[in-house]
Amino acid sequence: MLETILLPLAKIAVLLNAVLVAVTFLVLMERKVIAWAQSRLGPMRVGPYGILQAIADPIKLILKEDITPARADKYVFTLAPILSLAPALVVFAVVPFGPNPLWHYLADVNIGLLFIIAVTSIGVYGIILGGWASNSKYPLLASLRASAQLISYEIAVTMTLVSVILTTGTLSLVGIVEAQRESGLWFAFVQPVALVLVFIGGLAETNRAPFDLPEAETELTGGFHTEYSGMRFSLFFLAEYANMIVISAVVVIMFFGGWLAPFPNVPALSFLGLLPPWIWFIGKIFLFLYVFIWIRATLPRYRYDQLMALGWKVLIPISIGNLVVTGVLKVAL
Amino acid sequence: MAEALVFWTLAVLILGLGILVISARSAVHSVLFLVLNFLLVAVLYVTLNAEFVAVIQVLVYAGGIVVLYLFVVMLVSLKKAPERYADPRRLPWTGTLLAGAVLAEVITIAVYSSVSGGGSAAAADGRGFGAGTPFADCGGAVSCNTEQLGWVLYTSYLIPFEVASMLLLVAMIGAIVLAKRHL
Repeated sequence: MLETILLPLAKIAVLLNAVLVAVTFLVLMERKVIAWAQSRLGPMRVGPYGILQAIADPIKLILKEDITPARADKYVFTLAPILSLAPALVVFAVVPFGPNPLWHYLADVNIGLLFIIAVTSIGVYGIILGGWASNSKYPLLASLRASAQLISYEIAVTMTLVSVILTTGTLSLVGIVEAQRESGLWFAFVQPVALVLVFIGGLAETNRAPFDLPEAETELTGGFHTEYSGMRFSLFFLAEYANMIVISAVVVIMFFGGWLAPFPNVPALSFLGLLPPWIWFIGKIFLFLYVFIWIRATLPRYRYDQLMALGWKVLIPISIGNLVVTGVLKVAL
Repeated sequence: MAEALVFWTLAVLILGLGILVISARSAVHSVLFLVLNFLLVAVLYVTLNAEFVAVIQVLVYAGGIVVLYLFVVMLVSLKKAPERYADPRRLPWTGTLLAGAVLAEVITIAVYSSVSGGGSAAAADGRGFGAGTPFADCGGAVSCNTEQLGWVLYTSYLIPFEVASMLLLVAMIGAIVLAKRHL
């Protein structure tokens, strides 16, 4: 009873709250980092250095009026934000924060990586249906763009992850990190091409700049969530940031050794291993979240045809090539 | 007992959703019921300890193919659902006959496999993952279903697998040729 039901439920409660709190502060972090990139201060009014802005924003969103457009498809309109957020949170069930099965992860399934890919592919429906159900021009355009974009980049990302799976020989996320510990080499150095491909694909799959075409403000007035307000809008918002954390976690697990401390072979730096593994994991995730925000502050948005050309004519051929090279080397060595 | 309960609940839900798929007024709603249907079929696979097939079901059907359906359906169903009308080219009897033939085939396979022990026995002997293969000692919470599937797919069923992939390649090239007049 305790082992099978209560402990997992307690872990789920802690994990969900941690992710949602992290997401609210991630929004603050994004505003601050972009402000610094543009020589501004960012939010400063609520709390010291605006730190309580992360609390004020959700309260504002919850208290706002929740509007359903008169001509919208009411059921689908309600369903879409839920469909968008739920998969992003479900994915955390298989993300290992450390090596200890009791505290550090919920489930080590043999198909962990496939599970993440499959569940995130369900999240696409939230965006597509949100745009369609609004029964409005701009959201519909955005949802058409979103479905094309997300499917295209999903192919490239999945194909690239296959080449990493070839190197590890396992789909279990714990197994992938263990494989990196045993080989003493993070896969970022074994599969550098795959790292770049997965990160670019991850930017596109989370609709982050420079691939944020489904919500391009300048042309689509907010994109697929134009008609959403209040809490439902904030669910989309939460989903985007939760997906950022998911992609960062996947990149860290696949390429940067998950919870492993860096430089295990340098004796002078062995004190790095004193920090608990989950601190390393979360620290690495934050590094990538920072890169996400940095890229948004730096790069302008792609044009739609450029986006498609990049996906189909550059990323997918490179990912297939990477897969072939990995397979040949795997057999030859 | 619990397994039977889960199976019958899922079976009823899956069939019910199948009926909703063809009876829903809005095409987008049909597609949504189809997604739900696929997800429940994936749950059915999980109860059979076939996690890999379940995840592929979600990834390929629910997350890939149906998104493309939705993409097309969204473009055509902006207005109200069309009025009911009888297509003069429809062949109701041929359709009924074909459906009956498929049903008879499925029943034959089900009866035959339950009489002769069927696929599960074939998988447990030397052709599948019995004692001789590297994955004989799989079990426990983390099963190695994926390895078993790969093993069987690339040994016993290599030729059907290759034929299927060739078929897909032909279909893909055909689609490209049809869609692009000037290559």
